[in-house]
Amino acid sequence: MSTELLKAIADSNQWWAIGPEMILGCAALGLLVLEILLPKDRHRFIPAFAVVSLFMVLVAVVINFDNIRGGDALFGGLIRLSMFGQVARIFFLFSSLLVCFLASVCLPRTRMPRIEFYHLILVVTAAMMLLTQSNHFVMFFVALETVTIGFYILVSYFRDSVLSLEAGLKFLVLGALSSAILLFGIVLIYGAVGRVEINGVVHTGFEYGTVLEFLRQHPDNFLATAGALLVIGGIAFKIGGFPFQIWIPDVYQGAPTPVTAFLAVSSKAAGFAVLLVLIEEAFAPLSAVLTPVLSLMAGATILFGNFSALTQRNDKRLMGLSGVSHAGYLLLGVVASLTVSWAVGAIWFYLFVYMLATMAAFGVMAYLGMTEDAGLELDQYHRLAKDRPFLGAVLAVSVGSLAGIPPLAGFMGKLLLFIAAFQAHLYWLLGLAIVGVILSIFYYFGWIKAAYFESAPTAGDRRPASAATVAVSWVGVATLTILTLATVLLGFYQQPLTSWLLK
Amino acid sequence: MNSLESQLLQLAVAIPLVAALIIAVGLPKRYSTKLAAVAFTLPALIAIWLWWKFPAGGGGQYQFLSSADTGLGAFGIHLTLGLNGIALPMFLLAAIAGLAAGLYALRSGAERLKLYLLLLLVMHGGLLGVFSSVDIFFFYFFHELALIPTFIMVGVWGGRDRNYAAMKMTIYLTVGAMLSLIGLIALYVKSDANSFDLIVLKQAIAAQGISGAVQNHLFALLMFGFSILVSLWPFHTWAPLGYGAAPSSAAMLHAGVLKKFGLYGLVQIALPLLPDGAAHWAWRLALLGGIGNILVIGFVTIAQRDLKQMIGYSSVMHMGYCFLGIAALSTAGAGGVVMLMLAHGLSVALLFLLATSIHHRTHTFDLAEMGGLAQKTPVLAAFFVAATFASIGLPGFANFWGEFTVFVAVWKMSHAMTVVAVAGAIISAVYGLRSAARVFFGSPTEPLQRVLARHPASDLDWTERLPALILLAALLFFGLYPRSISRAIDEALLRPTAVVDSTVSFHR
Repeated sequence: MSTELLKAIADSNQWWAIGPEMILGCAALGLLVLEILLPKDRHRFIPAFAVVSLFMVLVAVVINFDNIRGGDALFGGLIRLSMFGQVARIFFLFSSLLVCFLASVCLPRTRMPRIEFYHLILVVTAAMMLLTQSNHFVMFFVALETVTIGFYILVSYFRDSVLSLEAGLKFLVLGALSSAILLFGIVLIYGAVGRVEINGVVHTGFEYGTVLEFLRQHPDNFLATAGALLVIGGIAFKIGGFPFQIWIPDVYQGAPTPVTAFLAVSSKAAGFAVLLVLIEEAFAPLSAVLTPVLSLMAGATILFGNFSALTQRNDKRLMGLSGVSHAGYLLLGVVASLTVSWAVGAIWFYLFVYMLATMAAFGVMAYLGMTEDAGLELDQYHRLAKDRPFLGAVLAVSVGSLAGIPPLAGFMGKLLLFIAAFQAHLYWLLGLAIVGVILSIFYYFGWIKAAYFESAPTAGDRRPASAATVAVSWVGVATLTILTLATVLLGFYQQPLTSWLLK
Repeated sequence: MNSLESQLLQLAVAIPLVAALIIAVGLPKRYSTKLAAVAFTLPALIAIWLWWKFPAGGGGQYQFLSSADTGLGAFGIHLTLGLNGIALPMFLLAAIAGLAAGLYALRSGAERLKLYLLLLLVMHGGLLGVFSSVDIFFFYFFHELALIPTFIMVGVWGGRDRNYAAMKMTIYLTVGAMLSLIGLIALYVKSDANSFDLIVLKQAIAAQGISGAVQNHLFALLMFGFSILVSLWPFHTWAPLGYGAAPSSAAMLHAGVLKKFGLYGLVQIALPLLPDGAAHWAWRLALLGGIGNILVIGFVTIAQRDLKQMIGYSSVMHMGYCFLGIAALSTAGAGGVVMLMLAHGLSVALLFLLATSIHHRTHTFDLAEMGGLAQKTPVLAAFFVAATFASIGLPGFANFWGEFTVFVAVWKMSHAMTVVAVAGAIISAVYGLRSAARVFFGSPTEPLQRVLARHPASDLDWTERLPALILLAALLFFGLYPRSISRAIDEALLRPTAVVDSTVSFHR
């Protein structure tokens, strides 16, 4: 290699491009330093440091949103900025802020160390942000593993709870399996594509652009196709797509509530973000194979999620399994995005409104939850609307939005996905999705029914005594009110999101 | 474009919703009831003003148009409000019935009154939005906005079997709403107009047309979707159950106004846009509506012992006339349906109101345990008998003009169906008059005497009398002076693109 080449590579290392991730990484380390430096009685201020740094980065990304338009690959082809990469950054930052809020509700109830929790949230957030900007399979895998390993720790964070440990073990075993599948897929693609020299620069089969070019010339290459399918299988584990969804109910129930919310929102969104990038920038020529595979996966995911959620009585398992069905609707959007380009915006719109509603629902669950944090039975929600009108209203709006009841924002999300599916002529999938929505009304409505219509808790299913008295701090009231109002207002007025996502 | 009237129309939809939001944010109770009273009254005044200003000769066109982009402009979805000759009577109905139901609710003494009024206001705003939407997406959107509170109201304040009734209503009506949503989206995609605006859709479809087979599919989606919402036999079972359990104001608004959404959608959207599809399905619709709703449900209604269930079944039965009128595929049929929707909405709301008032005095809905109430409550008796006459369709009430016109239209289609329809009029006379006789005349039964001894019955007080009077006055006004509203309906239906067969015009 000549010095010019090295210089060119060095020039392409535009550190500002990954500034947000670096700041988060530094903040994560700073948390640990603060823990050592500050006296014990000041430790309660450390989470605030995490929240402030997340918030500052969020503000910085939003302000610079229009300055970053994407374009060339940076860092020797490892990273490429794009418009939706910025959207993803904002999504993950916002979601992590809400996870921090949930953690501030749940963690004080236990004797677990707190600082490491926020440390891990920051690291995982940074890794997710890098993941969606990755332009290279090595970058992709490293970022993904950082996320996954962070989650291994987070899921079993309550180490004196049997359920949390069990969830952690299940997640570890199945997560490792999915990583292996993913890695095998990457290796197959690399083996098929090999090394290509373009303009004197050697490109490898790790770069998305090279894979795209190769597949365009050899769309029938078996190894590369198999590799692509395996990679998609590995991602399906993250998003909970059928048949890789089997870990969800147990892990969601056992994990601490903030982690469950983190898994349900950020981890799922990261899977979709990276899936959309891969499909568009690496696997586009394979659409003849991907369309049927993803369609099957979408249909099966919708049906599995809804049917298995029908009989659930535990709120966290219900969120998990109904979350599978949401992954199914989103996969429907992914299939549509192969032919209808604006569907990507519709998927992000859906993810945003899903985040608002899911986080609000988990907020209510966090306040009502018990110390072992294994979720409540739906019967324990009886009389909630009467005893705790505020929490009841938040729950009704967020669950209604998840069910896609107009005029809440969730309905608009589904509507956009369905219009995209219509334009992509996916009539059968659309029919399945409609069946799914109707099924989902049943179990979501059952939840609202438990909170609003049932008058008295049955003797055996009383809410934990703490739930009747636990005070909702002003931060909690403000956060939940903002989430709820946003869910209602976005149902009437979508301009703030659509003007941004559907250009 | 932005005349005073179009702004008033926007205001009429916005006022109840904004009032609901203010109450939700945490207004004290005594201000909440005052605010609610204002928010129920203003839209009614605006509706009457708009009706007054509705230009003669302009019924065919949408008036008072205004449009706003809420963020879905890329899909051709705009919040476009306006009224044409078909929408005007329905808008008026929503405003009047909403006023009556709201006034009744203010003094109903319901538990958690604030939440009750809040939901009722959302429902009212949704109803006003449904009938003033020119955009078919918002037409659906507002319907759902009005529908969701119904479920909650049945579930929280409902009577017997409220949980089961709420669940059943939710599932049936969600299926119906989903089918019609898919039908509307399909219409949007197939029209190639990239717009949900009904005016644009009409022009686009008039310009290029939709092939017959596609029309059949689209019409089937819309017909079944809308008809489930209107309780077409055999998809009607949610209705009597739901109305039986629903609190009075919710039953008044749902049976009176919201249920008309489906019929209105068929008359305003499906018939003019999909004439071939309508022709393909007309006979099946007529058979289901005529035999199923009118005859089968008619006899079922006669067999009812529970007053509220009986009114619920009777409202299912009367929908049969509307289906027949639509299936007649003529101007007269469609016009009769619009008139009948207006009249039935007013009369069934009045009946539900009076049924609750009767319940306050007898503490039962069981017809077998009543009797002789007229001696104690002559005014209530007079109102109930008048409402029953209206519901049967006696001349002098608005219902007469609706039913009569439908009969004439159906005669053109099939003589046998007319016989069915006229038989239905006799059936409704049987159960209507019998229930009035059972409740008010004869001598009080044993159980009732015991109840009356404990709670002496007083006659209708003003908080019940005022809403009942509003409804009855409207029924009589349109019954004695139908031209005041039918002129606009006529003009809307006689547009060249609006109808399939315009040989019969609507009662001139």
